[in-house]
Amino acid sequence: MDGTGLAISLAKAGFVAFLLLNAVPLLVWLERRGAAFIQDRIGPNRTSIAGFALAGLVQPLADVVKFMFKEDFVPPSANRTFYLLAPIITLIPALMTFAVVPFADVVRIGERLVQMQVADLNVGILYVFAIASLGVYGVVLAGWASNNKYSFLGSVRASAQMISYELSMGLSVLGLVMVFGTLQLDDMVRAQGARLFGVLPLWGIVLQPLGFLLFVISVFAETNRLPFDLAESEAELVVGYHTEYSSMKFATFFMAEYIAMTTGAALIVSLFLGGWQVPFVSSETLNGWTADLLGPGAGSWLAALIQFGSFSAKLGFFLWLFIWVRWTLPRFRYDQLMRLGWKVMLPLALANLLVTAAVLLVIDGAAGR
Amino acid sequence: MDGTQVAFYLLAGLAVATSVLVVTGRNPVASLLFLVLSFFCLAGLFVTLEAHFLAAIQILVYAGAILVLFLFVIMLLNLGQGEPGLGLPSVPVLALSALSGLAFVALLVFTVREADIAPITPARIEAVDLAGQATVGSTEAIGTALFRDFLLPFEVTSLLLLVAMVGAVVLAKRER
Amino acid sequence: MSEYVPIVALLLIGVLLGVGLLGISALLGPNRPGGSKGAPYECGLIPLTDARNRFDVKFYLVAMLFILFDIEVVFLYPWAVLYRRLGVLGFVEMLVFLSILLVGFAYVWKKGALEWEA
Repeated sequence: MDGTGLAISLAKAGFVAFLLLNAVPLLVWLERRGAAFIQDRIGPNRTSIAGFALAGLVQPLADVVKFMFKEDFVPPSANRTFYLLAPIITLIPALMTFAVVPFADVVRIGERLVQMQVADLNVGILYVFAIASLGVYGVVLAGWASNNKYSFLGSVRASAQMISYELSMGLSVLGLVMVFGTLQLDDMVRAQGARLFGVLPLWGIVLQPLGFLLFVISVFAETNRLPFDLAESEAELVVGYHTEYSSMKFATFFMAEYIAMTTGAALIVSLFLGGWQVPFVSSETLNGWTADLLGPGAGSWLAALIQFGSFSAKLGFFLWLFIWVRWTLPRFRYDQLMRLGWKVMLPLALANLLVTAAVLLVIDGAAGR
Repeated sequence: MDGTQVAFYLLAGLAVATSVLVVTGRNPVASLLFLVLSFFCLAGLFVTLEAHFLAAIQILVYAGAILVLFLFVIMLLNLGQGEPGLGLPSVPVLALSALSGLAFVALLVFTVREADIAPITPARIEAVDLAGQATVGSTEAIGTALFRDFLLPFEVTSLLLLVAMVGAVVLAKRER
Repeated sequence: MSEYVPIVALLLIGVLLGVGLLGISALLGPNRPGGSKGAPYECGLIPLTDARNRFDVKFYLVAMLFILFDIEVVFLYPWAVLYRRLGVLGFVEMLVFLSILLVGFAYVWKKGALEWEA
């Protein structure tokens, strides 16, 4: 890799980190205002800077300031090293998984074609699962190091839940992998630009409706969001594994959760909803229009911007879905959760896999491949 | 030295250092975390060898699954407080350890001497995988090897997994 | 290999950010330990035992089964990527592999290892 290439790829990594970090206060705002809206309240709207409350958007800012000046407290009975390490360990994988998600088509910089994706790895989606599987450590360590019974119970529950749903998450995307014949998300998004009968966008959700459903449920479970938030369950475990955490240490857990949620939604969008594809307008057509307007260089930027907008809109919808579901559904009981994971999701995902395999065999056989 | 070599020495050094910390540490949880780090470095080493699939699996299966089980065991047995230390093992144990260590070193030396460890260049890759690519270590290349050239071992693996499944249930599930 | 460089960059950003955030708290926040503040939170009750009790072996069983199924899934990935190029042979291969494992799954189910209530 030459100097310019290195600079570009580092810039992309920085951009993604910046994006994810800024998504956090926005999501906090959306969560609180959304909850208020669903419960027919107003929600936070008083905090203001020089009279501007920005519909409550200043509130997360005030929260951050409060977190910073809170007492930096470590329970004396806790295991200090692991107690402090846990939030960091939770944050790192959350930040890293977004790396393989593409957010726009190729952009032209001079002679160079730059992929709008931090890293186009051969193992693609497997990288996401690999790094995400490390998220368990932060939760377990936090609960274990806190020396609090609620925390410990919460973390043990959470880890069993996370590993159980990891299976159905991994299995549910296999159907798509079979159809597209690749693990690379960029190739998958590109393949979803095709049309069914020349009309309907051939998105993953059309090809794999059951896979989509299973994957979305698994993402909810993996991010510990309601109805799968048994790790936290305010009423019985007093927020579980981070009961003993305060100040920025608590905020770090919070950030990691929202970043993981964003990445989860981005994965759903990229796998099943065409990622950055603009519905009904192929990337070639779009690039043709913008190139006529601004020339090939700047045109590719405009096209990428439009595609990024399309990606963000879909992402926004799913982030809203996370919040919507949280304030609508009650929590599962633990035995129900485990039964759903092992006795419903896992067999369904396996059945989906075999049916997809059989159908593909027939289709490819008919096409004479 | 090019980038690959720098990465190799860095990762190899870290892998060795963390492995040493795994066995010398008093606290089992700390040991486990060092082992996770060590596996991470190992995955990095696989990447420097262009073995991308193996690198992902190293993290997914070893760091993300097997070590989670280890962590469960440590917590289950409540070992996490740090053990007082068991002192030096007895002489026969030490002798046996030394012997097996030496045998392993001998095996390693023999293997390295026999092995063809010249860098893999596109020209050296004889077989093209099913995706029509001449690569090693990619998911496609691994798949081609597994499902075309080593079919029987692959199928036998399922028997191994079956036995392990039965074993897990027999061990951990009480009959009522 | 160079495609992993930005991933290392993200890793470093994560480490720096995590340490930085905790550092901010340590620097700006007051630190006044002492009193019953240090006791583990148990809704006002005084904790009698250490929190790190032994827990149910069921969790252990779930972790073991997870590893086994995880390995199975891992085998499925390269297969799925190549599936349309492997043709009928690929289908039969995986059918054999999965049927053997489904026997195991049925056994685990039948033995009640997936029951959580008991």
